This record gives sequence, structure tokens and C-alpha cells, in this order.
Amino acid sequence: MSAAQWRRAMNSSAAAGAAAARRPTDLHAVAPATHGTPSPTGSGLWPWLRNALRAVRVRHVVVLACLLVYPFVASPFFTFQIGAQSLALGLIALSLTFLGGYGGMVSLAQMTVAGFAAYMLAIFGTSSNTGISLGWPWWLALVVAIALATVFAAAIGWLSVRTEGIYTIMITLAVGVAFFYLAQQNYTVFNGFQGFSRIAPPTLFGHDLHEPMPFYFIVLACALAGYWFVKYLIHAPFGVALQGIRDNPRRMQALGFDVTAHRVAAYAVTGFIAAVGGVLLVWYNGRISPGTVGTGAMINILIIAVLGGMKHPIGAFIGAIVFVLLQNFAIDLVDRERFNLVIGGVFLAIVLFSPDGLLGLWQFLRTRLAGRITNRGPGRIHQRQRRSET
Amino acid sequence: MSRASGVFVRSIVGAATLMAMGGFAQAQETLKVGLLATLEGPFAAPGQDSMRGADLALKQRNGMAGGKKIEFVKVSSDATPDKAVNATRKAVEQDKVQVMIGPLSGDEGIAVKNYAKTQPGITFINGSSGAQAATLTDPAPNFYRFNTEGAQWMVGLGEHALGKGYKKVFLIAEDYGFPYSQVQGFMASYCAKGGKVVDKAWVPLGTKDYASVIAKVPKDIDALLVVLGGSDAVNFLTQYEQAGGDKPMIGGSITVDQTVLNFKGKRRESLLGTASAGPMADSIDTAEWKKFVADYKANFKDGFPSPSLFAYLYYINTKAALDALDAVKGDLSNGQKAYREALQKTNFKGPAGVVKIDSNRNGVGDTYITEVAKAPDGSFYNKVVKTVPDVSQTLGLSKAEFDKMGLGTRDVPDCRK
Amino acid sequence: MNRRRWVPWLVFGLPVLVFSVWAIADNASLYFKTLLNGLTLASLYFLVASGFTLVFGLMRNVNLAHGSLYLIGAYVGWMVGERTGSWVLAVIAGFLAAAILGLLMQVLIFRHMQGQDLRQTLVTIGLSIVLADLALWAWGAEIYTFDPPSWIYGSTTLPLVNKFPTYRIFVFIASIVIGVGLWLLLARTRVGMMIRAGVDDRGMLAASGVNVQRVFALTFAIGAGLAGLAGVVGGTALSVSPGEDTRYLLASLVVVIVGGMGSVVGAAIGALLIGLAEQFGLAYAPTYSVVFTFVIMVVALAFKPRGLMGKRIV
Repeated sequence: MSAAQWRRAMNSSAAAGAAAARRPTDLHAVAPATHGTPSPTGSGLWPWLRNALRAVRVRHVVVLACLLVYPFVASPFFTFQIGAQSLALGLIALSLTFLGGYGGMVSLAQMTVAGFAAYMLAIFGTSSNTGISLGWPWWLALVVAIALATVFAAAIGWLSVRTEGIYTIMITLAVGVAFFYLAQQNYTVFNGFQGFSRIAPPTLFGHDLHEPMPFYFIVLACALAGYWFVKYLIHAPFGVALQGIRDNPRRMQALGFDVTAHRVAAYAVTGFIAAVGGVLLVWYNGRISPGTVGTGAMINILIIAVLGGMKHPIGAFIGAIVFVLLQNFAIDLVDRERFNLVIGGVFLAIVLFSPDGLLGLWQFLRTRLAGRITNRGPGRIHQRQRRSET
Repeated sequence: MSRASGVFVRSIVGAATLMAMGGFAQAQETLKVGLLATLEGPFAAPGQDSMRGADLALKQRNGMAGGKKIEFVKVSSDATPDKAVNATRKAVEQDKVQVMIGPLSGDEGIAVKNYAKTQPGITFINGSSGAQAATLTDPAPNFYRFNTEGAQWMVGLGEHALGKGYKKVFLIAEDYGFPYSQVQGFMASYCAKGGKVVDKAWVPLGTKDYASVIAKVPKDIDALLVVLGGSDAVNFLTQYEQAGGDKPMIGGSITVDQTVLNFKGKRRESLLGTASAGPMADSIDTAEWKKFVADYKANFKDGFPSPSLFAYLYYINTKAALDALDAVKGDLSNGQKAYREALQKTNFKGPAGVVKIDSNRNGVGDTYITEVAKAPDGSFYNKVVKTVPDVSQTLGLSKAEFDKMGLGTRDVPDCRK
Repeated sequence: MNRRRWVPWLVFGLPVLVFSVWAIADNASLYFKTLLNGLTLASLYFLVASGFTLVFGLMRNVNLAHGSLYLIGAYVGWMVGERTGSWVLAVIAGFLAAAILGLLMQVLIFRHMQGQDLRQTLVTIGLSIVLADLALWAWGAEIYTFDPPSWIYGSTTLPLVNKFPTYRIFVFIASIVIGVGLWLLLARTRVGMMIRAGVDDRGMLAASGVNVQRVFALTFAIGAGLAGLAGVVGGTALSVSPGEDTRYLLASLVVVIVGGMGSVVGAAIGALLIGLAEQFGLAYAPTYSVVFTFVIMVVALAFKPRGLMGKRIV
């Protein structure tokens, strides 16, 4: 059974209704595409682009416009510390959202992969520690760092995929902590407790990327690229197979898919995304030290992903914005010492009452505020019909 | 569908307006001074005390300096450099402080110093960070440290140890920057005068179980040099006693300080007599120190029995910052040029000695050699036995000798034989 | 089949043997002291990890708030110890406090999420952050040490190693007693039988008329109580301060991953491996001693993804 046939089977009303009731994976974009036109059997950029453009809604345009206009209306602090940082963290959380929400493997080691890429960039590029840094040109160091981090992510994946789903959190947490201790104790490669400082972003086309506005646009470009890449993946054969593996690995194995290979590949792909996020983060901070990859940071990424909602890629960025705002301004609102309590409490509340995060809350509010909805897609209608029957 | 998208668009516009509003600067009358300390996580107690020290400096001048009302903008970190820089950036760029005081820990200090270079118009004054590199390597012209640093805090302890007959010591210390500096400060004079540090056991940060390290202690040494902090120090001391160890100990500046001596539990008599050194001690016998302690106790009922190291360090740095504001009558114009000149000329009698800085904007001050003693009420405190005046960053060596030695690391300095 | 089973023993056992011979020749006292230290640290790890693995084995709940239970048990035990002056009461109080907290967590929260493994784990993460900060708020950031009775404190003289802390010997004996007690509970009592049946097939257990929720609550209480007990016992050996919860949680994780989830014997074996590795690492290669334990975990996972003892509960 080819992946395209599998996708059609998944999108037919009966299957979609049952699936939507449990996991509504972006039906808005999918439904018009498959109902309006015959399903694309061939792969190709132009047909895909046509279908993607069909799925563009007003809200997409509004959000994009806001993002582009934002640095011009907000202060440099807001552009840099709030805007750019949220987008970079959001990118790392996006890798977790894809891996956890669509792959079913919640890995706490995404921050570790990002930190590893950052360390590699510091080691191969220029930093304050001339004894260790090799001083390669920035683009070469960048490519090497991301490549190595992707390999590292695949290795972590290989280690954790042979066990069942719930083990993944434990194992990736342990691997992340192991890397933290290695970075802290090793002075020859990782420069131990001090880490590397003075890691400056390059000057691109005459714009020093350390200035708030150019840096924001680079981060925005990467974040948008990552977001669209993930959205593409979700509907691509690979992503669809991954979701199938999430739902029922045994059946997929029986159908002939190599479950382990798909999972490891998912780790590698998300590792790549996290590595890009890590590079952006190290340029933002200008430094890397073990503290950046400690348990606190690893759990923060999980908090961000869950906060926003793991059902849709945009959740990662929403969670990141809320998290960064809380981090910066909670001290002005609440007793500064109790910041951890606030963030932990919010996280707990979200997981207990709205497991789909802020996005789930938003969906709930939207259905309430906007009244009766007519054509939401096959899944919702089925739900309404079922409810009116009982 | 249109209603739903309308709700969506309205909320997006609302959110955007909110964000943009926050970006606009607000002009203030009072003078804002940023204050950064570690208020999150396990290091919250020293952080709280450091805020008390800064608050005391402001209270003593009724909240005014340079003819203006001073408003502290307090920001917090969690002892990681990333968070420290983020918090500093918020205070400087968002809250628009003119002077920034902080941070608390060593590595945060280096990160803030690097950030200071990107903000030449703001003056950064240290809190209690004691890393040598913050002023020795690649200094920032607008970063001032009125306190002495980790290596300076141990100058003189080496001679004191030799005086007590400890010719061979074994080192147990945590494996990171601050202990490296402390050990260098101790060894600079100890080795020169004939002492031997037989071996160094660098334990990873966060080690709780010292049993195996204790097992490695050689039998033929005279004393143990222990440079551990906080709970690690308490653990080590308890375990050493339980393992039947009986060698006398020499402690680093945070090994037998207030936070350790105040641990909740039975006081172990084996602590008595432990020598240590630092920029201050609980029992300095001068009028200035006694006044400082009395003021601290009167103003902060929820504080420690005696001001801690962090309260003292933040106090002198804040006082220096505010005194200089008085000297220039609040004039921070022209890139704060006059203010910085006033800072460089700082010279006042602080609670624990004269406060002044060298040409590298690093503090030159007194180091106190102490021993742990028991007060009449049964609590433990550090009794001053000797004062070493005017310790500079070259640790009593000539500049050429010090440059040859370099900054402290795991293997530098070395005097095994 | 038999020959393959001998290969890992040879591959790993031979270097250990060679190392031991060298170490004994070099400094026998240090070697045996480290061995004993490792055994006693292992016993502490076993105490903490056994509760964790018990809860997972039955309820498939990866309780990442286990470290917080350790910490709160230790603090409550300390307060009781200060008030009453009795260390034994402190131990009992630590056990009870953590057990009650665990019971509340199970009945109020986890019961409603049965079957949603990931959500439960996320909730435990949130709980651990909240509990850790509440503990920091209530008890501050100071260091708390316990005051055990003098017949446990101090040092005893043992044959090869001269002076060895008495308390560590006590911890070793205590953990053996508790381990045996746990085994007896699981293998010889009716409750234990129900727990083991529940691990194998929860549905059948419910179908045979047992109140499964009550069994779950009891198991969680025991698991949490063990953490609290370990909190007081461990806190006496190695003081209590904020941050201990993460440390012991990570130790439990590694022990359980290596030993096998859901197996108490596995927890014992894992604890032994990790405790010995940590102490030997600290004695002979201090720089990387912590990384060493994780390396063992990685190697164990690479060869046996389910852990050394798989999924059996006893």
C-alpha cells in the first residue's frame, strides 16, 4: 500500500471522523485539498505549492504581516530579547512538537542537541577561548556544527527507539544529563564550567547580525522555514507514516514499514531543526556553557511545547512567546523568588485541564465565542451529528 | 467562519498593541539603579542577603544620592550566565537603568562584563562576583569591582598555615573556576615559603558523597585544604568525621562561612579551630564593622544572625556607586564621564577596611585570616586572628611574576615537590 | 545459547578483574574502602529506586516527582526529629509523610488519567517543579543535617579498611532488610499477589473482583513512602538541601533503566552497578566519575533495551 493511498484512506470521512475525534491533525489544510481536487498522486513542487496556497487563510496573512512589521514598531529590547529569543526557543520546541506530537516520542534531549550544535559552532568557529576554538570561517563551522548535531541526534534516537514510548522521556533525560556533566567536566574540548564566550554572529551582506533588527529577521526566516518544513513533513509520506507509527506501530510494521528506521530518521530530522535553533540561540546569547544544557533548560523546552500545544506546529511558538514573556515580566508581577512556582503551576494547570495546551484552550474558546459553526470539515460535523443523536 | 476569524483578528491586533505598548520608553524623574542577584533556586538565600546589603546602603542615606531619589530595579537570575545577561539586558534596555549593580556569582560576572562592552553608556558595578577573569582578562572600561576577588581572599592564609606547622597539605576542591582562584591565592605565598601541596583532588561540582575522596587522603600530611562551598562543605565535614578522619582543616572563603556554620543540625565540635580567610569576618573588632552589623540586625529581622559575605560585598559596591553619585551631584551626562572619574577616586572606610580600586578597576582591600570559634551562646562564628592589608590582584607577587604564573587552573600553580 | 550467555560476562568481567588485581596490589586499603563505599551508596540508591520501579511496574506511571517525595519526606522527618529528639521517629515520619502525599497524588490526580502514560508523566514533571519550589519556600535554602543516635554515628574498625563510618554499615543492613521485606511483601502476601497479578494483566485483576484502584493507591503509597524513608536515611548520610530531589531522581532513573523497569531485583542489581561505578570512578578517575555512570547506562541500553532484568516485578 503506497503512502498516497494510505493518506487517502486516512482522509476518507469515516477514518477522518474517528481520527478527528481523538487527534485533529490540521484538517483545515487537508480537507479542502482533498475534497476540492483529486488527490495528488504525484509528488512535485508546483502541484504541492498550488495546494498549499489554496490552504492560506486570512489569519496566516495577518500573522505574517504582524511578524514582519513587529521590529519596526517595538523597541530594540523587545525585538531582540523577546522576539528573537522566542522564535529561537520556539524553533527548538518545534522540533519537540513534531517529534512528540506527531511522532509520539517525547524527547527531553532536544535542548541537548541544540546545545551540542552550539558547542560545535564555538569549537570550530571563533570564540574567546583561542586555545580550543579552531577559527574556521563561520559558514563552514555552521555547516559542520549542524551536521554533527544531526548525527548526534540520530545516535540518541537509535539508543531510545528500541524501547517503548514512555521510556523515551527517561532515557533522553538521562542522556541529556550525561552530556551536561561531560560538558561541565571536560576542559580540553568543552572548556568545562566556563564554556565559551564572545561567539559573535557573522556580518551578512553588510548587516552585523548582532544588531537587533537584522538578527530578528534571520531568526524569523529560520523559524518560518522550520515551520513550513514541518507542515510539509506532516503531509508528506514520511510524516504520514510517522503518525501511523505513533498510532499503531505493530500495524505499520505488518504493513512493511521499517518502524525503527522511521523513528531514527524522525530524530535526525528534528535534530536538524533543533541544531538550527541551537545555533541561533548561541548567537543570541553570545556564549555557551553547561548551564544552557542543564536539566532546567531541557525541561523548559518541554514546558514550552506543552504550553503551546503539541497538536499543531504553531503551538511551539505560542508557548515560546508566553514563556519568554513570563520569564521577563513575572518578576514585575509576582514575588520574584517564586518564579519557578508560577511556571510550574501554569504548566501543571495546562496539563491537567487543557492537555492540548493554549491551542486547545483557544479552540475551546473559539467554539464557544463564535457560536454554531457550519463547515468546519468532516470531523466536526460528525461530532455534532453524533451529539444531536443522543 | 467570518465571526471566528473576526475574533481571531481582533485578538491578534490586541496582542500586538499590547506588545508594542510595552516597547515604548517611559521617562522617569527618579534615578533608576539596576540590582541583579540570584533570587531563584537553591542560591536564593545568598541572593536575598545580597539584596539586604544593597538595601542597607540605600537606607543609610535615606533613599537619596546625588540629590535624586534612587529607585532600585531588582532583577533576578538563577546562577546561569545566560539568565544573568538576559536579566541585565532587561534592566538596561527595557527598564532604562543608568547604573547596574550585580551579579552574584563568578561566571555570571564574566558574562555581564562582556555584555557591558556593548553598552558603553551605562556603568556596571559588580555585586559579589569573585572571578579573577572579570577584570584581569579582557576587561571592560565600564565594569567596576570594588570588592576583592577569590584569589585575593586567600592571600596570607598560606603563611598562617605554615605558622601553625602545616608544611604538607592535601587539597580537596570543587572542579571549577572559583576554587581555582582560591587555591592560587593560597599557594602563591604557601609554595614560595616552602609549603607543599602534595596532591589535588578536584571533585566534580555537585558531588555529595566524598567517601572515596576521603579514602584517598594520604597519611603523612599535616592538614587538609578544603575549598568546597555550601552543602558540599557540610557533607564533607560530616563524612570526614564519620570516617574517623582527624587531620586539621584549612578552609576556603565559603567553606566555613555563615551559611555553612548556620546549617540546621547538631554542631560538630571538629569544626572548631578551622582556619580560613576572606574579605570579612563575623568578629572584626572595629567600630565600623560593629555599626554595620547593628544596622543590618536592626533593619532586617528576617536576616541571618550576622551579615553574610554576600550582604557585605553588595553593601560596599552599592555604597561606592551611591557615594560617587553624591560626588558628581547626580550628573550622569556626557557618557557618565564625571561619574566614572569619581568612581575611580573612591576611597572610603567600609565596614571591613578601606574600599578603593586599582587602575584595572578591581578592588584592593584587606584580607582577614580567621579561625572558627564558639560563642558564649553556643553558636559558631569566625574569629579574626590576623589582618592582611592592601591585597592586590597580583597576590603579593610582582606583576611580572604573576603574569608568568597566569590565572589559576587545575594544574596552575603546582608545588608538589 | 549457553555460550552466548557467557560472552558479556567475559567481555565486561575480565577488565574489571584485571583492574581489581592492579588496584589491590597498588593500594589495598583504598580498594576495599571504595568497594564498601560503593556497596553502601548502592544500598541508598536501591532504597530510592525500589519505590520508583514498584510504581512503574504496576501502574506504568513514570513518576518524575519521586525526587520531590524524597525531599519532602526528608524535611518532614527532620522537623519531627527536631521536635521529638528521636531519629527513629524521624524515619517513620518521613515514610508516612511521603506515603500520604503519594496517596493523595494517586487518588486525586493520577486515578483520573489511567492509561494516558504521557500525560501522567507530564503531570509528574509539573508536580516536581511545584513541590520543589514549595519546599524551598517552606524550608528555605539552608542545609539540614540529622542527628542519628550515637550508636550509629562514628566509625568502627573493620579488618581490611581500618576505620569505616558506622552509619554506612547501618544503611547497608537497613536496605537489605527493607529489600527482603519488599520481596516478602510481593511474593508471600495476598496484597503482593494482587500487585503481581496487576502487573501481568490489569484487566483480569479487575475482572476477578479486586478493587484495582485500592491496590494502585496502596502501591503508590508504599512506593512514595520508600522515597520518604530514603530521604531521612540518605539525608543523615549526606545532608538535605534544595537540589537533592533532582539528584536522587536522576540516580533512580539510571538505576532503573539499567536494572529494568518494574523489577525490584533489577533495581537492586542496577543500584549495585551504579553505586560501585560512581565510587570507583570518584576514587580512581574523579573527573569523569559522574559521566561514567551514564556511560554504563548507555552501554546497558545498547545491548538490553529493556534493562538487565526486563519487566518482571520480582
